[in-house]
Amino acid sequence: MASMIGSKVERKEDKKFLTGKGRYTADINLHNQLHAVFIRSPHARAEIKSIDTLKAKKASGVVDVLVGKDMQDDKIGGLIAGWKIVSKDGTDMKCPAHPPLATDSVNYVGDHIGLVVAETLQEAKDAADLVKVDYRVLKAVASTAEAMNSDVIHDGIEKNLCFDWELGDKAKTDEAFSNADKVVKMDILNNRLVPNAMEPRASIGDYNSSSEELTLYTTSQNPHLSRLVMSAFNAVHPEHKFRVIAPDVGGGFGSKIYPYSEDVIIAWAAKKLQRPVKWVCERTESFLSDCHGRDHITKCSLALKKDGIVTGLKVDTIANLGGYASLFATVTPTYLYGPLVLGLYNIPTAYCNVKAVYTNTAPVDAYRGAGRPEATYLIERIMDKAAKELGMDRADFRKKNFIRQFPHQQCLVHNIDSGDYDAHFDKALNLADYTGFEKRKAESAAKGKLRGIGFSTYIEACGIAPSAAVMSLGAGVGLWESAEIRFNPTGNVSVFTGTHSHGQSHDTTFAQIVADKLGVLMENIELVHGDTDKGPFGMGTYGSRSLAVGGTAIAKACDKIIEKGKAVAAKMLEANVDEIEFKDGEFIVPNTNKKKTIGEIAFACYLPGTYGEIKSPLPEGMEPGLKETAFYDPVNFSFPAGSHICEVEVDPATGETKVDTYTCVDDFGNLINPMIVEGQIHGGLAQGIGQALYENAYYDETGQLVTASYMDYCMPRADNFPEFRIDYTCTPATSNPLGVKGCGEAGAIASPPAVMNAVVDAIGTEVTMPATAQKVWKALKEKSKSAKKAA
Amino acid sequence: MKQFNFHEAKSVKEAVKFSSKNSAFLSGGQTLIPSMKLRLSSFSDIINIKNIKDLKGIKVSGKSVKIGAVAKHAEVASSKDVQKAIPALSSLAGGIGDMQVRNKGTLGGSIANNDPSACYPSACIALNAIIYTSNRKIEAKKFFKGMFETALKKDELVTAVEFSIPEKSSYVKIPNPASRYALVGVFLAKYKKDIICAVTGAQPVVYRSEEIEKALHNNFSPESLDDLNLVTEDMNADIHASADYRASLVVSAAQKAVAHCK
Ligand SMILES: Cc1cc2nc3c(=O)[nH]c(=O)nc-3n(C[C@H](O)[C@H](O)[C@H](O)COP(=O)(O)OP(=O)(O)OC[C@H]3O[C@@H](n4cnc5c(N)ncnc54)[C@H](O)[C@@H]3O)c2cc1C
Repeated sequence: MASMIGSKVERKEDKKFLTGKGRYTADINLHNQLHAVFIRSPHARAEIKSIDTLKAKKASGVVDVLVGKDMQDDKIGGLIAGWKIVSKDGTDMKCPAHPPLATDSVNYVGDHIGLVVAETLQEAKDAADLVKVDYRVLKAVASTAEAMNSDVIHDGIEKNLCFDWELGDKAKTDEAFSNADKVVKMDILNNRLVPNAMEPRASIGDYNSSSEELTLYTTSQNPHLSRLVMSAFNAVHPEHKFRVIAPDVGGGFGSKIYPYSEDVIIAWAAKKLQRPVKWVCERTESFLSDCHGRDHITKCSLALKKDGIVTGLKVDTIANLGGYASLFATVTPTYLYGPLVLGLYNIPTAYCNVKAVYTNTAPVDAYRGAGRPEATYLIERIMDKAAKELGMDRADFRKKNFIRQFPHQQCLVHNIDSGDYDAHFDKALNLADYTGFEKRKAESAAKGKLRGIGFSTYIEACGIAPSAAVMSLGAGVGLWESAEIRFNPTGNVSVFTGTHSHGQSHDTTFAQIVADKLGVLMENIELVHGDTDKGPFGMGTYGSRSLAVGGTAIAKACDKIIEKGKAVAAKMLEANVDEIEFKDGEFIVPNTNKKKTIGEIAFACYLPGTYGEIKSPLPEGMEPGLKETAFYDPVNFSFPAGSHICEVEVDPATGETKVDTYTCVDDFGNLINPMIVEGQIHGGLAQGIGQALYENAYYDETGQLVTASYMDYCMPRADNFPEFRIDYTCTPATSNPLGVKGCGEAGAIASPPAVMNAVVDAIGTEVTMPATAQKVWKALKEKSKSAKKAA
Repeated sequence: MKQFNFHEAKSVKEAVKFSSKNSAFLSGGQTLIPSMKLRLSSFSDIINIKNIKDLKGIKVSGKSVKIGAVAKHAEVASSKDVQKAIPALSSLAGGIGDMQVRNKGTLGGSIANNDPSACYPSACIALNAIIYTSNRKIEAKKFFKGMFETALKKDELVTAVEFSIPEKSSYVKIPNPASRYALVGVFLAKYKKDIICAVTGAQPVVYRSEEIEKALHNNFSPESLDDLNLVTEDMNADIHASADYRASLVVSAAQKAVAHCK
């Protein structure tokens, strides 16, 4: 049988998704179902003086209008931040109470006030207009930069500071700076983004009063963890009688990792009203209430020797958490960020300080890359600036500082197992024809255009994560993964995973692993995920973890199947267990014609006994059945790395930037399905280029989200991109037996600095993300003004 | 969306008869329906005019192109006759929204709506259009009154628009990066004696740029606009374009329009 691993197998899931047969939460309708709409705060910051639901409750079709008080009475708990960060002074992070439905105050536009539940959506909407909320509007804190000097939003949280965290050796880093030949400083802004999954969030709660089981259908990347949190912290329903189903989910990008207020409220409402309750988010509602991403302001500096060797790095960041601390909000700007600011450079010492602040904006949490794009952006921008200030070629300067020996213990946290950074950088330089750049630049100039080239190299810590390591850093849970391989008596295989596929094509990739491991045809393998009642507890999908951690759990469960199969085969073939070899789905006794297919073994395991024969094929004392579970806790993170090169052409008349070419060479370790990997790169690049040139979640000073629809929030379109040039190098990961590193986030991590370095190279002056046409035009105008002044 | 009565009008007369203080004509629905779904507007009666025969069709004569109010953007874009007579007009239509919008949205709906960043109003001004309604003819320059405001009465229906054929023309849109409506759009039409430069998107309502027209009268070339600094006072300003940026974009668009005028 040809190896499935490494081949471009067509996606098993394409047929249903391309023919409109996906079954998303909004597609599900239950008998006797009610419809819900949320009353949301129109103000960024206000006290709730009173909520009058009387008129709404009497409106046609309305079943109930639920408010925060009702949840309090039912003792439903608030939302939690799941990762404890300790400030540099030793105090724990400060998180305000976060009731699912606000009781006393609202802290961002879109914050939850109440739920109107009615027979039809129309009636629910009509009644929602009748709910009267009396607010005392307060001055909003909307600016990340000003948050620490503004009014205190949450009682007792001074300076709106959740934590003031540090990482690295400050004294040693100070010393490196005082011994430096040159210090380069830079201010960096990482713009706030709205994740914009194609499918907006949705939830349906369904309570069965006979079995007392509560089911929640929801758009989650992580149904097991959602159930755990909703049971343990929100006290919605006990875990063993609570089922969370995340059916087909149309993208998440991180924004569906964490349970939201809406999940808790809908589950609780269904139980309270004893009827199914359905809520489907609308697009502007999603802009307002999904967790956003990024939003950092950073000052950083680099210590250098004359010859271009980097000797130290200092990073000082303010990270915006929004109105409350969401589930992974506190780890994103700390442990997913700080350790990565070193990039793939051999920097002997660094110090990173992060102040996380509350503002009256939507909560900010993990979004594709989570912390690592912010880290990569700052190191790659300042590396560019340093090369220019030193008068060195930007490619040479980077190469001068690459890590070259593996394993490499970085000065902050990570121990990088493998890599070859010259290999992908050189390959990318070649593919991008770096030597021909000046010629292309002259050609652009002849057309009146400004051409620039930008580099970005990166490493990311993926395969999240070794449980002991993350728990020692404050994680509330270990981040292992589970798998179960269940042979059915007829020889086909059900594979259960605790990860969740919402665009990552697990159905195909994971089946390829099982097909190779067990010699079973792809069409006889079915992946089961997204339902807490099916398969073992798992930790979901994010942080490019599913293959490295979940895929490994699957491989390990396959190994257990093979081990048991060998014992059964030995008995059936009257051979010694150690003699049995397993290859291409067959157990064989070498040098004989004795063999059993894995299907025959499965059959024998389930039907131990044959008509007319008493003799069992199973070895004495062995349990029947062929089903194995494995839990895998990785020994280390995995470290994908790569080099991206972008060329842009800027029209100085309008400021418009066109991405002319984009080249990337990534090292993801072994590839299971290169076609799927390519798709992940495309999507990541689209989001990263989107961040660099187009996307921006913009709050005005009153805390209103100005970009709350596609009329104003600019999503990149296909015509914004060139044909991407994609290639790979491979140093297999040593931290997992598949040798895989993860590819889901790389594009979004690497591309913003590649694009911005190219834009800045083209226009010869700084500009912040997104480098919209207007901003570039203004930067050019400023530049020529100051040039005229100087002259 | 709130409940409403739906009327299928078979003739212009019938459509007018159905209309009331609280009714709306439904043409392509690309503006009307989203605004109803978002509950920004609601009506007791919706009158579908899409199937009225008299509102359909494109007629080209030696001097003018007359297009029915319910002609879809895609029809105008793909009409061989329009492409030949006024290529800029078909390319304008082909650049509106996306394929779905072009296959639904209509000329009549667009001008009746008079969105400050819509494309068609600039063509109407530059091509000295006559707007035919259920009871009169209106010159384009008297039709577009202000932001989302036209000379139409509540029960008045646009039936067709007649565009005069210039010697040469071109339309250049600089799209809003998010919505891709016109951040600014410049429709330039060159006649034997006259040059009209109609600008949309830049101000609350479509207007003629006298500065550009004057400069081009002297010398019909992109370079003649090189040093032109437009007054920014009346320019729209939003997060996508400040007044001075918009003013500069009008000049850039006009220069491109001159370069591509045919
Ligand atoms: C995603 C998107 C992108 C778009 N991009 C662009 C763009 O780039 N450039 C651009 O110019 N436009 C753009 N549009 C708008 C598009 O051109 C619409 O077609 C136009 O706004 C309205 O036309 P309609 O036929 O859909 O009118 P409708 O939505 O049916 O009606 C609009 C209004 O006009 C009234 N009305 C309709 N027909 C008549 C009539 N014959 N007489 C009197 N009143 C009438 C209606 O009652 C209603 O008040 C875009 C729209 C969308 C949704």
